Amino acid sequence: MRRQVAVVAFAQTRHTAGDGGLQEAEMLAPVIAEVRERTGLRRFGFTCSGSCDYLAGAPFSFVSALDAVGAWPPISESHVEMDAAWALHEAWVRLQHGDVDTALVYGFGKPSQADPRAVFAQQLDPYHLAPLGIDPVSLAALQARAYLERSGATEDDLRAVVARSRASGRGNPFALHLPDPGDTGYDVAPLRACDVAPVTDGAAAIVLAAGDTARGLCGRPAWIAGIDHRSEAHAPGVRDLTRSDAARLAGARAGASGIEVAELHTRFSHEEPILREALGLGGGVEVNPSGGPLSANPEMATGLIRIGEAASRVHDGTAGRTLGHAASGPCLQQNLVCVLAGGGHG
Amino acid sequence: MPSDAAPGGGAPRPAPNHVLEFPGGYTRSVGPVIGRFLSELRDGRLVGVRTAGGRVLVPPTEHDPATGDDVTGEFVEVGPAGTVTTWSWVPRPAPGHPLRRPFAWALIRPDGADTALLHALDLGEFEEGADPPRPLRTGMRVRPRWRAERTGAIGDIECFRPEVTMIGSPSRLEYGLRPGRALGRFLEGLCEGRILGHRCAACGRVIVPMSGLCPRDGVPTSQEVELPDTGTLTTFTVSHVPDPRAPGVPFVSGHVLLDGAGVTMLALVAGVPAAGVRMGMRVRAAWRPRGEWGRTLANIRWFEPLDEPDVPLAAIGDHL
Ligand SMILES: [Zn+2]
Repeated sequence: MRRQVAVVAFAQTRHTAGDGGLQEAEMLAPVIAEVRERTGLRRFGFTCSGSCDYLAGAPFSFVSALDAVGAWPPISESHVEMDAAWALHEAWVRLQHGDVDTALVYGFGKPSQADPRAVFAQQLDPYHLAPLGIDPVSLAALQARAYLERSGATEDDLRAVVARSRASGRGNPFALHLPDPGDTGYDVAPLRACDVAPVTDGAAAIVLAAGDTARGLCGRPAWIAGIDHRSEAHAPGVRDLTRSDAARLAGARAGASGIEVAELHTRFSHEEPILREALGLGGGVEVNPSGGPLSANPEMATGLIRIGEAASRVHDGTAGRTLGHAASGPCLQQNLVCVLAGGGHG
Repeated sequence: MPSDAAPGGGAPRPAPNHVLEFPGGYTRSVGPVIGRFLSELRDGRLVGVRTAGGRVLVPPTEHDPATGDDVTGEFVEVGPAGTVTTWSWVPRPAPGHPLRRPFAWALIRPDGADTALLHALDLGEFEEGADPPRPLRTGMRVRPRWRAERTGAIGDIECFRPEVTMIGSPSRLEYGLRPGRALGRFLEGLCEGRILGHRCAACGRVIVPMSGLCPRDGVPTSQEVELPDTGTLTTFTVSHVPDPRAPGVPFVSGHVLLDGAGVTMLALVAGVPAAGVRMGMRVRAAWRPRGEWGRTLANIRWFEPLDEPDVPLAAIGDHL
């Protein structure tokens, strides 16, 4: 029998479009302080973070970020070189062991310090892809083209996704406040600059707690009703880019049904319709009411923020069943789905 | 607010104050499967590997992505021609990109393969910022351009290029044309900056340029009339195919009814954007400089708008 685990606190920075003058640990510290204050916890049974050394330009950069947590007396700690949504998955697994009841999860990224397109090109297969010099936006545009041709959707449909996301983002104090998409030229066709998530610095933290501990820490815990992640082949040429089988499977395994609000890790506008289809999110599902990554994309925290935003809708009672999604790799290669639910699931 | 003004990754970056670099790069073992692919590439061949299920993977991998099973040891020559399965267009190449001019990225399924290879697709010269060219389509047939000096790397293919589907076919024939009596007289007039017509004795209309006959009555004409170089545009067309005589593309050509004439003359219209041209617009001939005149209608470069109210269509209805 699975232990019931809930998101009991979530905090994020006011994300910035450029370097805010803070080091990673300085950016992170207020967010950690905020979730401590919300929960009254000083120490956690387990701590897990997500970040990317190549964004920071330093090996083991997550170790120095631990200064924001305080690691004395020694703590039980782990790290994923991925979006912190995967750190949350690791923490959830850790809580299933039964010997600890709380976990701190955080992620942070300062892509403004480097060229994130060049950084994430380092993730690509070194034999066939990386030597070509292809960047993640060019890869995403291949997927966008394939999707548009398969579905019959148009570039205007993509722009409508951006317009809706940005309008929502202007209502979110933590997101960048971006104007309605204008008539700009192509970045990499068929994607325009507005179709690409903005370069954003920021951090976020979540506290997970199990069973009665969760009930004691939060009035309306957001219970993790299901969580799963799936990966497809790395090579884009062996996949059907017009669909996301990994998201479909992860959604099915996480029990993604009856969803009222979904926060999707859409780094490019065309990913929203692909993910809606894969996750079976009909027109009645509110997608990215926070503005989503198209309004703020602090790399390595963006996916965790999706889970945090989805949990917040349960915390504040505006939704009973929500979904947080995270993505990684070229062309939606990897997908994580976390279904959150209110009372009755404890 | 940040804006979308600068596609291609935002504002230019300042010079870095911290650089991560591994000079010479990593040394990687490529193994027997990728090694075979790269060795064949060096020899100018494209090969895939067969899976146990019979599919041919290009580029080859050690494991079948569908099942995770080892692939077979069977390598199959594929392509080198292939079909584009999807593409993206880079209007402003970045420093790490393989081409300095706008180009496409494409997933290309080589003939005989079941998967697609990613590579750059060169469609020729384009100005920075150009929109995707029309021939670029999913389904397009392409072939690799091999480098002369190959090392056993994916870059041994410099890029792919479209298969040849069309050729240019220049043609030129030479003639010695003579204008005939009436038209010759008309051209003489043009040499003096005069526009001459013939009045038809039967219907009274002035025929210009004159041909010595009234096209309506079929009777010879000889009564000369000089016409002004102003008139009314009766109808027009906008052309997007370049013409050496026209001011540019798009250009407008139309029928001008010279004041006093009974038939219209075909002419270019310029000095006004194509979208601003109207039926009934008043126009005047723009003559070339006198020193350039010859026995040719080209003495009139084109017609330009006159600052006069348009003529109601009812008044030129016979000429539409
Ligand atoms: Zn006549």
